[in-house]
Amino acid sequence: MTAETHEQPGRRGLTLARRQALWAWAFLALPVVFYVLIRFYPTAQAFWLSLTDWDLMSKPEFIGLENYRQMLADPVFWKVFKNTFLYLIIGTPLSLLMSFAIAYYLDKTRFLHGFLRALYFVPYITTAAAMAWVWRWFYQPAPTGLINDLLGSFGFAQIPFLKSTTWALPSILVTAIWAGLGFQIIIFLAGLRAIPTTYYEAARIDGLGEGAILRRITLPLLKPTMVFLVVFSSIGFLRIFDQVYNMTSNDPGGPLNSTKPLVLMIYQTAFSSYDMGYAAAQTVVLFTILLIVSLLQLWVMRDRA
Amino acid sequence: MTYRMIAAAALAGSTIFASQAGAVEIEYWQYVYDTRVKAMDQLIASFQEANPDITVKQVTFPYADYQTRIVAANMAGQAPDVMQLFYGWADKFIEGGLIQPLPEEAFPTAEIEAEFFPIVSAMQRDGKYYGLPTAVRSLALFYNKKLLDEAGVAPPTNLDELVAVAKATAKADAGGNLETVGITMDPAGQDHHWWREVLDRQMGGAPYNEDYTQVTYADEAGANALGFYLGLARDEKVTQLGFMDEGQAAFKAGRAALTIDGTFRLGSFGEITDFEWAVTELPANAAGERSNYASYFANAIGAKTEGEELEASIKFLQYVSSPEAMKIWLEVVGELPARRSAALTDENLANPIYAPFLKGLEYAHTTRFVDEAGQRQVAIDMINRVMLEDQPIPDALAEAAAAEQKIIDDAAK
Repeated sequence: MTAETHEQPGRRGLTLARRQALWAWAFLALPVVFYVLIRFYPTAQAFWLSLTDWDLMSKPEFIGLENYRQMLADPVFWKVFKNTFLYLIIGTPLSLLMSFAIAYYLDKTRFLHGFLRALYFVPYITTAAAMAWVWRWFYQPAPTGLINDLLGSFGFAQIPFLKSTTWALPSILVTAIWAGLGFQIIIFLAGLRAIPTTYYEAARIDGLGEGAILRRITLPLLKPTMVFLVVFSSIGFLRIFDQVYNMTSNDPGGPLNSTKPLVLMIYQTAFSSYDMGYAAAQTVVLFTILLIVSLLQLWVMRDRA
Repeated sequence: MTYRMIAAAALAGSTIFASQAGAVEIEYWQYVYDTRVKAMDQLIASFQEANPDITVKQVTFPYADYQTRIVAANMAGQAPDVMQLFYGWADKFIEGGLIQPLPEEAFPTAEIEAEFFPIVSAMQRDGKYYGLPTAVRSLALFYNKKLLDEAGVAPPTNLDELVAVAKATAKADAGGNLETVGITMDPAGQDHHWWREVLDRQMGGAPYNEDYTQVTYADEAGANALGFYLGLARDEKVTQLGFMDEGQAAFKAGRAALTIDGTFRLGSFGEITDFEWAVTELPANAAGERSNYASYFANAIGAKTEGEELEASIKFLQYVSSPEAMKIWLEVVGELPARRSAALTDENLANPIYAPFLKGLEYAHTTRFVDEAGQRQVAIDMINRVMLEDQPIPDALAEAAAAEQKIIDDAAK
């Protein structure tokens, strides 16, 4: 009796901490329900659809692993698979290297710092469609195309860029890197600013050179930033779509599928052939790749401490 | 007091009257294209004037996801009552239960066949029509008068002259780079139709069998047709694949002397102020034979529309396929009337711009596409394989024919 009156844990026998947790959950419930409904449910649904022959118009019928069998036997799928990884393998390191170099030197500049930073950021906020169109004209043969015109005036051979099965993919990739650079620079800058200046002062007093400071202090302390950017930009390149679609809109993913990434193939299978089952199977493959790549990167770049 | 009561009674009365008259609203869907939307606004306005109890709501979507919207809306039970569809989508839309056959009483088959250009038969399945067009489109050769005059040449009437004119008008800079092309080369535009339904036939071949179930262009005629087309870039060097990305862009910029395009381009080319342009029939072959490719967007009634909405939809469809509507469409959009009587008027035949397209309609073919985008892609890839990878023309044709046959066979399953 006395014990009960003594504790008096509030209404319905809950402690303060529990009540707070309950409230937190009550507020979280809405986004959780929202996420489950519009994210997780469709994701699960896609797994099921990948085993059917759904074409949007008739009822889905279970066909087992037929879609996956078709995919593995489809040379276009393997071409697209290779393209997707080319975007990733070339795009991620190159864009990180460039954005780090720019951020590193931008961090040291005071003159026009804000202006330069804005300049690098502008492509990131520009519509992909508008950007793609400008680049399409840059890449034209001379005398229409700016780049080929310049090459020609210096006596270099013309590059067919988007009209070539070898050059088209790198040409598009360059624009994608350029477009994403601004974001990565800003994140790197924030990471650089977060490193306490006392470390640098101490290092300089101890007589460390700039190279050593970069290797011993800056890079190790930037690791969380880099892990974030590597994962973020890898996912971005694996899901590349707008640049490719907008720059090759007459022949999406062309010429001859040389620039087609997985997402564009999924889009075409789903919304131009209405082969939803097959598209879902491709989506499952993309999902698996994204999952593996992300986990692999987190594991490789994990803190060994 | 009395005044108020009268007003209230009048108000109540008018509401009852309106509901008795069965004020019905139907939805009309088409894709976004400025002049088409404007023309439809005009048609809806005059239709509503004649039928005050019917309201037509026009809904538009970008072309890129127009089809998807219809299919998705149908799944959700929100399909439009009347919709515009490309004739090449008919099989898919009928099979998918998106559209219903037009009732015979309101649209008698005999009348359709007597009145409309024969290409509307592409909307007929098992004796029933599933839709009717307001307007039809055909191809013609656009030429830049300024460039032709400068070169001192007349518009070409046959294929040999076409090459000669293109040669006379193409201009290259000191490095040999083309600044102005003699003729545009844009397979993704209308060129694949030109090759398929026109050049192949002019070289003595046929792209498909009678009912378009067999691909038959992988032969000598097909190779000659493709050889002629690609030869414009490879041998004659009067053009470049994808010059300025799109043929119409190059022509509009005044940097192409000739381009093959359709009636639907008239509105866009009408904005050109830098030079004068004109239109002539697609060139004949040496024997004087011509061909053309005609296509159209038809209007059809949604499969789930019934009751008074169906009645209203029938009335609306009758109106948009009437000669009056066709006249408005021609004026606003520039597309040719689908009824012979409305199209082949003395006025239209005397019009220097409409006449070449109208003449083209007489000998036009309408490819029975089962998957227009897919079949077009086959042609684009074939051309790219030859142009970028030096695949021999007969091999490229054989590969394309096999790929297209597969698309047709898969669709028939």
